[in-house]
Amino acid sequence: MRRVARVCLVLALGLMMGLALSPGGAVAQGPLRIEIDRGVVEPVPFAVPNFVAETPAAEAFAENISRVVAEDLVGTGLFREVPRDAHIARVSSFAAPVPFADWKAINAQALVTGAVSADASGRVVVKFRAWDVFAQAELGQGMQFASSSDGWRRLAHKVADQVYGRLTGERPYFDSRVVFVSETGPKDDRKKRLAIMDYDGANVQYLTGSDAIVLAPRFSPNGAQVLYTSYETGFPRIHVLDVGSVSSRILQAGDGVMSFAPRFSPDGRTVVYSLTQGSNTDIWAMDVATGATRRLTSSPSIETAPSYAPDGRQIVFESDRSGSQQLYVMPALGGEPRRISFGDGRYGTPVWSPRGDRIAFTKQNRGRFHIGVMNVDGSEERLLTASFLDEGPTWSPNGRVIMFTRETQGAQGSSALYSVDISGRNLRRVRTPAGASDPSWGPLQ
Amino acid sequence: MKHFTKALMVVAALAAGACTNPNRFEENELARNAGGAGAGIIPGSVNDPTSTAFFQTRVGDRVLFAVDQSTLSPEARAVLDGQAQWLATNDDYLAVIEGHADEQGTREYNLALGARRANAVMEYLISQGVAESRLKFVSYGKERPLEVCSEEACYAKNRRAVTVIAASNFTG
Repeated sequence: MRRVARVCLVLALGLMMGLALSPGGAVAQGPLRIEIDRGVVEPVPFAVPNFVAETPAAEAFAENISRVVAEDLVGTGLFREVPRDAHIARVSSFAAPVPFADWKAINAQALVTGAVSADASGRVVVKFRAWDVFAQAELGQGMQFASSSDGWRRLAHKVADQVYGRLTGERPYFDSRVVFVSETGPKDDRKKRLAIMDYDGANVQYLTGSDAIVLAPRFSPNGAQVLYTSYETGFPRIHVLDVGSVSSRILQAGDGVMSFAPRFSPDGRTVVYSLTQGSNTDIWAMDVATGATRRLTSSPSIETAPSYAPDGRQIVFESDRSGSQQLYVMPALGGEPRRISFGDGRYGTPVWSPRGDRIAFTKQNRGRFHIGVMNVDGSEERLLTASFLDEGPTWSPNGRVIMFTRETQGAQGSSALYSVDISGRNLRRVRTPAGASDPSWGPLQ
Repeated sequence: MKHFTKALMVVAALAAGACTNPNRFEENELARNAGGAGAGIIPGSVNDPTSTAFFQTRVGDRVLFAVDQSTLSPEARAVLDGQAQWLATNDDYLAVIEGHADEQGTREYNLALGARRANAVMEYLISQGVAESRLKFVSYGKERPLEVCSEEACYAKNRRAVTVIAASNFTG
């Protein structure tokens, strides 16, 4: 990173790009590198010419894959695509030398070239190379990915993940899925069902019917299972669903009126959740293999929305023991909680970031809702959004982006999923076929 | 428990129908007119003191709560006194208390808050002599609003606990 900085041009407001000055020269040069943490204000222009179709059957895939790669990169807010009709160079062969001057002339600082082949068996292979145009150098090495034809979007996400990783130095997140609650019908007769989709809203599949209310699905760490709360029995109960077979069962969470707000531990062996007994809701943990349960809080107040630290040693949760909803951190086996939220208003639904350094939360203050992040000790609270009703943040696998539910006001109010960068920039609505709420972002596949 | 659950589902369906049926009061009107025409009290009608319709409309099947509170107001206690009396008279019925919250709150917290409200009602009914074995409660949090506007007028009606009567023969 130091080396990168030495050759960087520092642009307005901290946008940094490494621009090598003499490609192939004696001085070691840094590659094109986007410094996300400095806050990117001006997106970096890139070009993705249509990938070359190397077999006749690959033509549609070549175009579609290159489009999804471009959409992934643009969707981060860090990059801007130079439109294809502005391109000067025409890429007709994957192996042909890159005419850098043509790409530089249209100010494309990064370039992604690729080729796709498809055979009669339905196998699709994509290969790509990423280029630093101004340095006239390749960014990393060319790679290829293969899948069956119905997996072509994943191939595109894998290519985009590679490009994103090389340009930002961050772990990527495009080849990931989101489980959420799909919502239809009016506010006083809403139908809810579990659904799963690609992170960008493509390939929606329904996992439950809409007969019973379902709430707050949560992925297991490896993405193979989903915990959720269902009223199937007439009472809220935690269910665990196997994504592959789409079959679910009730987790026997202990003797109580209702069990809800489940979440897996980072090793997937424990489920932490809320159990209501009488008027009191406390946090419990269950060993998934043995079914043994353990009570983690025992306060007469409401304790709910528990979330593990990525090292599994601590749990952040919300409690109204002080008189209003606030955030607390306690050891994973229970013990004296430490309050971490002290600002105005109420704080709920805390979620520990995958990097372990921040906690995302919902804040309710003066009739508005916010999604925010704070350090794990409660310092450096920042609000990322504001609306009539934002709630339920979930982290992208790399901890750069937060997805959440936004509900609009009034009799016609409906829910939708939004994402926002942890810098607070790049607020976007996620495409879903109907209303949507309670997203849980799964791991990189 | 299993039978009780089944009964609950049936009752919940009936209750949902009653809540969303805009003709509910019209039907009651018809029943009253029929009574006035000399047909006597129609069993199950709102004029039949042993009917669930009577419980819903004459006794009052719901109590309301202040923002983020589960404390029973004097008005709520008066309604619940009536409910306890009705349950004492009609001792072959069970009841499920459904707790609800308005939309101003996070989903999980509102579930727990709805449970507090429903439990407050249940505890009060027990204190007034209703056998605990006849009562259950469930929370819907903010998932089942009755009123859909995003104003206090609607929120006030959504912050509720509704006592839903179930026939005991469902418990078999």
